Amino acid sequence: MSSTMEVQLIAIVVAAACALPGVFLVLRRMAMMSDAISHTVLLGIVLGYFVTRDLASPLLFAGAVATGVLTVSLVEMLTRTNLIKEDAAIGLVFPVLFSIAVILISRYAGNVHLDTDAVLLGELAFAPFDRITWGWLDLPRALLIGSITLVLNLGLIVLLYKELKLATFDVGLAATLGFSPVLVHYGLMTVVSITAVGAFDAVGSILVVALMVAPPAAAYLLTDRLSRMLGLSVAIAVLSAVLGYWFARWFNVSIAGSMAMMTGVAFLVAFLFAPARGLVALGVRRSRQRWEFAQQMLTLHLLNHEGTAEADDECSRNHLSHHLRWQPRFAATVIRLAEQGGLIQCDGMRLMLTEQGRRLAQEASLR
Amino acid sequence: MELFADYTLRMVALGSAMLGIVSGVLGCFAVLRRQALLGDAMSHAALPGIVVAFMLTGQRDPLILMLGAAGSAWLAALLLMSVTRTTRVKEDSSLALILAVFFGTGLVLLSWLQQRPDAAQAGLRSFLFGQAAAMVARDVQVMVALGVPTLLVVALFWKQFKVLTFDPEYAASLGLPVRGLSVLLTSLIIVAIVLGLQTVGVVLMSAMLVAPAAAARQWTDRLGVMIVLAGCFGASAGVVGALISATARGLATGPTIVLCLGALTLVSFLFAPNRGLIWRATRKMQLQV
Repeated sequence: MSSTMEVQLIAIVVAAACALPGVFLVLRRMAMMSDAISHTVLLGIVLGYFVTRDLASPLLFAGAVATGVLTVSLVEMLTRTNLIKEDAAIGLVFPVLFSIAVILISRYAGNVHLDTDAVLLGELAFAPFDRITWGWLDLPRALLIGSITLVLNLGLIVLLYKELKLATFDVGLAATLGFSPVLVHYGLMTVVSITAVGAFDAVGSILVVALMVAPPAAAYLLTDRLSRMLGLSVAIAVLSAVLGYWFARWFNVSIAGSMAMMTGVAFLVAFLFAPARGLVALGVRRSRQRWEFAQQMLTLHLLNHEGTAEADDECSRNHLSHHLRWQPRFAATVIRLAEQGGLIQCDGMRLMLTEQGRRLAQEASLR
Repeated sequence: MELFADYTLRMVALGSAMLGIVSGVLGCFAVLRRQALLGDAMSHAALPGIVVAFMLTGQRDPLILMLGAAGSAWLAALLLMSVTRTTRVKEDSSLALILAVFFGTGLVLLSWLQQRPDAAQAGLRSFLFGQAAAMVARDVQVMVALGVPTLLVVALFWKQFKVLTFDPEYAASLGLPVRGLSVLLTSLIIVAIVLGLQTVGVVLMSAMLVAPAAAARQWTDRLGVMIVLAGCFGASAGVVGALISATARGLATGPTIVLCLGALTLVSFLFAPNRGLIWRATRKMQLQV
């Protein structure tokens, strides 16, 4: 396998692995936890390194996951004391833990392959050089770790799909049925920590956040079904990863950065053009409703005065601006639309309801 | 006192003190309005602005870089508001999204810049974790020129901000322009963030807003006292942290200041009268006896 292929494969696997738990973070309103966790796992790695003096030791991985969970429980502990609110607790805990890690690295581990830039940016381009050989198997470490994380996440979601769905959308019911909310919460946070640790070595903490939050947020605008949201998130994440890789190759820029950028572009596209919830669809719907409502008003007005003594006067074109407070141009457009729709007939200045228009007005007045 | 005779150290101390006061004061509003994480998102979002400002002008003048940073942080805040207002994506997701995407874009621009032959951009990387030791008189001048008016605006709109913070509905019923005031307050927070970019760096700037306010909150229930305390906490932690980092080898300024702030906050959480944890525990014991 060429190293170009390998880097892309790593990116795809990591993107999919991050997007899966990200869906639940977004739905459970804990997206900022991904930011906190992806920063603090560094502390676990540093401490693990001080204990083992070996960057490849699995203990580092365990330590990092443990600090991720520790972050969550520290935030909860602080929130529960009522001294500060949850958002402030998050904003306090993770900078402190991250600072400790940064200082430990710069003071005591400066000569090791552990630098703070790499933590934020990742070194995806170099990932293929760090290989694991095991019998006939010869894979980049990041690919192996990423695949294990992906399989783990996928397996957990498939196995616990019903439970997770219930605990996400109806906490109360889940609790009465015996699924402990605490267990679900910590289980999810452990999975997020494992994913963050598995990913962050290769892609850096910022990209972990981008991949966990942006694709699910985009998918959230595209569908109302959890299963589809999971699938779409993975698809968007993978697409952004591949596009980001080629963008980075093309312009010779940071791979992790351009992948994060592409997840943003994907969200922006969904934000603007999502079929039902996008800004464009929203605008179109609003304007259509506005015109429909105006036409309804017109037919109601005509129905009110139909056959009365002042009908000639009330049902003339010029009267609308006076009676309905419409600008002449707006009134002209409404009349044109209503005529095209077969709701009214025009006879010079005089407006008359058609059978269809009368029906619409009667229906509207009954509502 | 020999410490302050040194020109660099004097600049560092002055600048960090200014930064600490401004971010302490504005952080109080952010924390009380439950927008503590807004600062995190916006400080990360400032990165692309810094790089673009440098790319356009080719200068490292602090004012220009700060303008760029403020511009992109502003854009981020605007996007954030429009995403949360028009879609069902919740605030936490939009915060994380904007943080990561803007920062990623900043990294792309930064790595693109590094291909260019002119060496002047080397210092831009220090904006990630801050480098107080690089501060010169010009930086301090700009910080004071931006910080003092910011504090004045807070003093001017004191009553309005107070109502807005504690009871936005009441503020609206009084006829106050709630949205306008919110935008003004957010803009002031952006100024505070921008001031800290060089000293603390974009990654940890949020702690500069949150920690002094969270610590000050424990000592008092009055906004006025809290703000003064937070200003003092911010300034002292800023000065101490910056001085330690400027004199010791291999200590980035941002993390050092954050650790000083963390210690201060921990002390407040434990020992503050009435609210502090130790105080609470003793009262509980007295009640049991």
